[in-house]
Amino acid sequence: MIKATLRRIAPQLAILALALALNFIVFPDFFSIRMQNGRLYGNLVDVLNRGAPTALLAIGMTLVIATRGIDLSVGAVMAIAGAVAALAVTSGHHWTAALGAGLLAGAVCGLWNGFLVAVLGIQPIVATLVLMVAGRGVAQLLTEGAILTFNDPGLSGLGSGAILALPTPVWIWVGVALAAGLLVRRTALGMLIEAVGVNERSARLAGVDSRALLIAVYLVAGLCAALAGVIVAGDIKGADANNAGLWMELDAILAVVIGGNSLLGGRFSIAASLLGALIIQSVNSAILLSGMPVEFNLVIKALLIIAILVIQSPKVKRAVYLLRASTGQPARETRPPAPRRPAEEGRT
Amino acid sequence: MEQMAEPVLQATGVSKYFPGAIALDEVDLRLYPGEVHALLGENGAGKSTLIKCLTGAYARDGGAILLEGVEIDPRDPLDSQRLGIGTVYQEVNLLPNLTVAENLFLGRQPTRFGFVDHRRMKRDSARILAEYGLEIDPGRLLSSFSIAVQQIVAIARAVEMSGKVLILDEPTASLDREEVELMFSVVRRLTARGLAVVFITHFLDQVFALCDRATILRNGRVVGSRLLREAGQTEIVTLMLGRQLEAATRTPHEAEPGEVLLSFAGFGRRGAIEPFDMTIRSGEVVGLAGLLGSGRSETCAAIFGAAPADRGEARLRGLPVRLGDPREAVGHGLAFCPEDRKIDGIVGDLSVRENIVLALQARQGWAKPISRARAQEIAEGYVKALDIRLAHLDMPIRLLSGGNQQKALLARWLATEPALLILDEPTRGIDVGAHAEILNLIERLRARGMALLVASSEMEELVACAGRVIVLRDRRQVEELTGADISPDAIVRAIAGEEEAA
Repeated sequence: MIKATLRRIAPQLAILALALALNFIVFPDFFSIRMQNGRLYGNLVDVLNRGAPTALLAIGMTLVIATRGIDLSVGAVMAIAGAVAALAVTSGHHWTAALGAGLLAGAVCGLWNGFLVAVLGIQPIVATLVLMVAGRGVAQLLTEGAILTFNDPGLSGLGSGAILALPTPVWIWVGVALAAGLLVRRTALGMLIEAVGVNERSARLAGVDSRALLIAVYLVAGLCAALAGVIVAGDIKGADANNAGLWMELDAILAVVIGGNSLLGGRFSIAASLLGALIIQSVNSAILLSGMPVEFNLVIKALLIIAILVIQSPKVKRAVYLLRASTGQPARETRPPAPRRPAEEGRT
Repeated sequence: MEQMAEPVLQATGVSKYFPGAIALDEVDLRLYPGEVHALLGENGAGKSTLIKCLTGAYARDGGAILLEGVEIDPRDPLDSQRLGIGTVYQEVNLLPNLTVAENLFLGRQPTRFGFVDHRRMKRDSARILAEYGLEIDPGRLLSSFSIAVQQIVAIARAVEMSGKVLILDEPTASLDREEVELMFSVVRRLTARGLAVVFITHFLDQVFALCDRATILRNGRVVGSRLLREAGQTEIVTLMLGRQLEAATRTPHEAEPGEVLLSFAGFGRRGAIEPFDMTIRSGEVVGLAGLLGSGRSETCAAIFGAAPADRGEARLRGLPVRLGDPREAVGHGLAFCPEDRKIDGIVGDLSVRENIVLALQARQGWAKPISRARAQEIAEGYVKALDIRLAHLDMPIRLLSGGNQQKALLARWLATEPALLILDEPTRGIDVGAHAEILNLIERLRARGMALLVASSEMEELVACAGRVIVLRDRRQVEELTGADISPDAIVRAIAGEEEAA
């Protein structure tokens, strides 16, 4: 079991190691960690800490993508949840109630997406596009267009505090990841989600309640996004409806893809997606640490990501296979697996 | 009759080879102006291949095609359309998100100052459609009309663009009775204008109602061409099915079936299967016979809730029961191996083990996982019992051969210990060895008290395993044969709908 998991995430581990090595090259102090006021500081800790929102989103996104769906609305849901939590805490509620309100908002958003996809049968990319656009508007309405600041130590602690020397966001995402991992692998959820993603018709005919499963994965994605939104709000002690979670849905999808999960659904690995999130954060960190102008940031990130995806692409794998076959062992069958053709003779 | 005139389309010696198979072997077809010519044959007989060769969708490997006495060699369907051969398929091949007028004139829109002249297009469309007896607004989206109207629009487009030969490939497969009548009246108008129509269908009654002549294909060969007013249904069905099945023997099981498990009254689904009454007892095998499209699969799908019934009622052990979706059906102890394993059966990328426990797991719910050890045990048990050949249980099921996939699907359902097992074409695409094993398995399960409903196009199969055979024709149950009355001959006669000869 553990061996199979390790084999599955080996490429991601290797890429992460490369990304960290890159950090080390541009900034030799990268791996140094020091203790200060009972809290760990260092660039490595920063990667884990700053990567928290993407990691949380990636958990939900992995499950959604495993069902052959996608959730474009998670960035907007972050903004909504942050705004709701900030509103709750500024109107005098305890920070736990504010957190609860934020999560509730995320759950409602997730259920809405799930309803559109599973009950109305709308294509996921369209269904979640609705909330991606409208959600940010809702968040702006909640904060009345301004950055809604707060000074509650409890709520801001979720984003900037530390527990047992580690930043709170790290505890949160690791905790959620473990909980989600246990939930899908210790119950039958993971297998049923994969079955729906591979062949929904067959799964449905085998008695799988694909509708409930679809709603559930969008619900989880909404909850993860809400948590990420509260963390981001806590970090800056304010809800910024314009910028909180902006384009984060794309980072989340990227993390899942770098994690080697197929956008066509089916087999999934949450661990690999989390490594994907950390890889993205490491690349961000390397660009910042190298001292290059910030304008280069997005371009370089894109180039690195293209490289990663090219390495993983089936075409490249096939080319490598061809190269090996033609040079290495001529005795072996040199023909690569032919692309599958639709059956020529259908109905007669 | 004017059929003594020159044929408008004459195909001689058309042959088509696929790797390892002869799809068409020197097929001749003559088509006269003003006639409706039925092209008949079971699945895989070569009807579609012949059409594809005529329209240029396939390059033929031999033979000649003469259109009005001139040899033609269409390169692709567009080419044959220009030459005068138009084709309409079962699935409407138009663009549902465009208007009716745009569909009619797509690719040849009337223009004015270089722009599409929408007004003229609509006016012309209305005029054309009126000729087909359709008084609809051509400015509305195609998708806002019924499938029947869409089919007629497709026919109108094909005739407008081609105008000599019209090929209808199962145009009535998804229409209900009145819509079929509408379609027929359109076809009759066209033949009155001198058009020649090729009509492919699995509904024999429709053939006799509409067509003048039939050419019957079997295994890629023409086995006969008949004027329908001179031929009987039995003759046609016998030609379609061949004679080899007369040798089939029956191994009757004597045991009395148990109590009534399921009963249906007025159970049916609009456009799929006409309301029927039926009872299924524990410990019996009920066969469903009929030509393709006669409602065999639809009956199975309605009972299992895959395409749920919209009328009538079902009773399970005497109590009313809802079979609205597969989950409910599975919950009531039903199981269903569908006809198309790849699309509706296997979950290709999951392992054989996961595929085998899938239905059981789905019924138990996600919160009660079947442990890996238990799943392994279940899967290994069935691999042994059903002799499933595989490298290991972790391999994706899509890598198994057809017969082994089918056995794994059987294992999936047997693991749920169903009261009723529905098998739709359980032996399709399976080699001879596995074929016999599955028939043996059916008998073993019956002896253990399970009820089985077996839909099959293979009559020997039904004769060999069923204690009762229900014969369907044109989506209706037309006859029920029991015990010693079950024979391939009797089934053929029932399918053909002729009174039993005394």
